[in-house]
Amino acid sequence: MSAGTGSAPDGSGPPAHALNSGPATPVSVVACPNGPLLIRGDFELIGPDGNELPRTRRTVALCRCGASVLKPYCDGSHKLTGFRSDP
Amino acid sequence: MKQPSPRGEAGALLLAVIGGTGGSGREDLARLDAVVEAAVARTPDILHDDDLQLTLFCLYELHYSGIDGVVDDWEWDLQLLGVRQRIEAAFEARVRAEAVVGALPEATSEAVCAELFRLTGEDSGPSMSRFVAKTATHDQLREFLVHRSISQLREADPHTWAIPRLAGRAKAALVEIQADEYGNGLLARMHSSLFARTMRELGMDDAYGAYLDAAPAITLASNNLMSLFGLNRRLRGAIVGHLAAYEMTSSLPNRLYSRGFARHGYGDAATGYFDEHVEADAVHEQIAGRDMAGGLVESDPQLLPDVLFGAAAALAVDSLMTARIMAAWEEGRSSLRPSEAMAS
Ligand code: FES
Ligand SMILES: [Fe+2]
Ligand SMILES: [Fe+2]
Repeated sequence: MSAGTGSAPDGSGPPAHALNSGPATPVSVVACPNGPLLIRGDFELIGPDGNELPRTRRTVALCRCGASVLKPYCDGSHKLTGFRSDP
Repeated sequence: MKQPSPRGEAGALLLAVIGGTGGSGREDLARLDAVVEAAVARTPDILHDDDLQLTLFCLYELHYSGIDGVVDDWEWDLQLLGVRQRIEAAFEARVRAEAVVGALPEATSEAVCAELFRLTGEDSGPSMSRFVAKTATHDQLREFLVHRSISQLREADPHTWAIPRLAGRAKAALVEIQADEYGNGLLARMHSSLFARTMRELGMDDAYGAYLDAAPAITLASNNLMSLFGLNRRLRGAIVGHLAAYEMTSSLPNRLYSRGFARHGYGDAATGYFDEHVEADAVHEQIAGRDMAGGLVESDPQLLPDVLFGAAAALAVDSLMTARIMAAWEEGRSSLRPSEAMAS
């Protein structure tokens, strides 16, 4: 899985989740303390087969605790497992 | 919504006046004010007072989708607003006594977010979600939907009042959350539409307020709390804290609710609402804590106590509601008020 940037893979059009007009919104990743990685902006989530992962929202939270049953997305399980992000 | 059945003198008088079936003179409104004043003075607990909570609910409803047979002009009637403020003052004082806010964190976004996660992570009594997942009967699932229908069939609306009252980072964050709540403009994906579909799957009426008569005072109080916070600009900190608390206590319970409906043989059409919230609110809670609540406090540090109060109030009132429902279920009783809607 990799986070692509601005445009569609073949560069033919706007990315699927670009909802605003104008140039692509830069991607930002917030490492939420003791929680997921929150990704905003115009990006694509690509699976190992090169296809876009199923996605229904523009901003996503990616699990980094390993406990989610909705991987790669966070499902709040980090709170149950007491995941700590600080080393 | 259709006119509810009154539960006491105040509600009966209000509905008679605004429904045009009683007198509609100024004397009747003055009488309503006196009746409400007396009811507020003598209620043992306004949170469980059916007459006062329904009266307040109807007064707020004038600002939402209205009540059948009630002329729209009542919304800004000065005497009615005075009656509303009487109930609101007692209601807010009661909630402030119930939802005590402890030591304040620093007024930074990260500290506010951490404190909200701490507050919402504390165990607050019996778990309805675990019960629904493992034990609830089919009738109890329907009761659960009745309680939730009062807010979920217009999910997100009370918090939307806050949008024009915020600015900058907090506003962008609130809009980002609300856009998702409203399905990013797709009717079928609006959370209220998903909830309506769940109700239909269980053969229930998905019209707003269809089961209002069955909802006990505390369920109405939980809804009135959002309207109190949302409709009063001075409480904008509280409505933001309230939303943050809701988002932060949603993902895990919704996974369990979904399991309860699946246990009774229901498929995606019924569980979709709950499944959607597992993923959505894992995103929303981060945005709500850090950017919306944290962003608001950074831009206006004076709102910090009210942000935490709003969150504490949401948890306190809803845990009273849960306790009441669970107590009824444990005794093998219905958690609802007797009503025609549930009898059919
Ligand atoms: S980071 Fe949230 S479930 Fe793993
Ligand atoms: Fe929602
Ligand atoms: Fe949400």
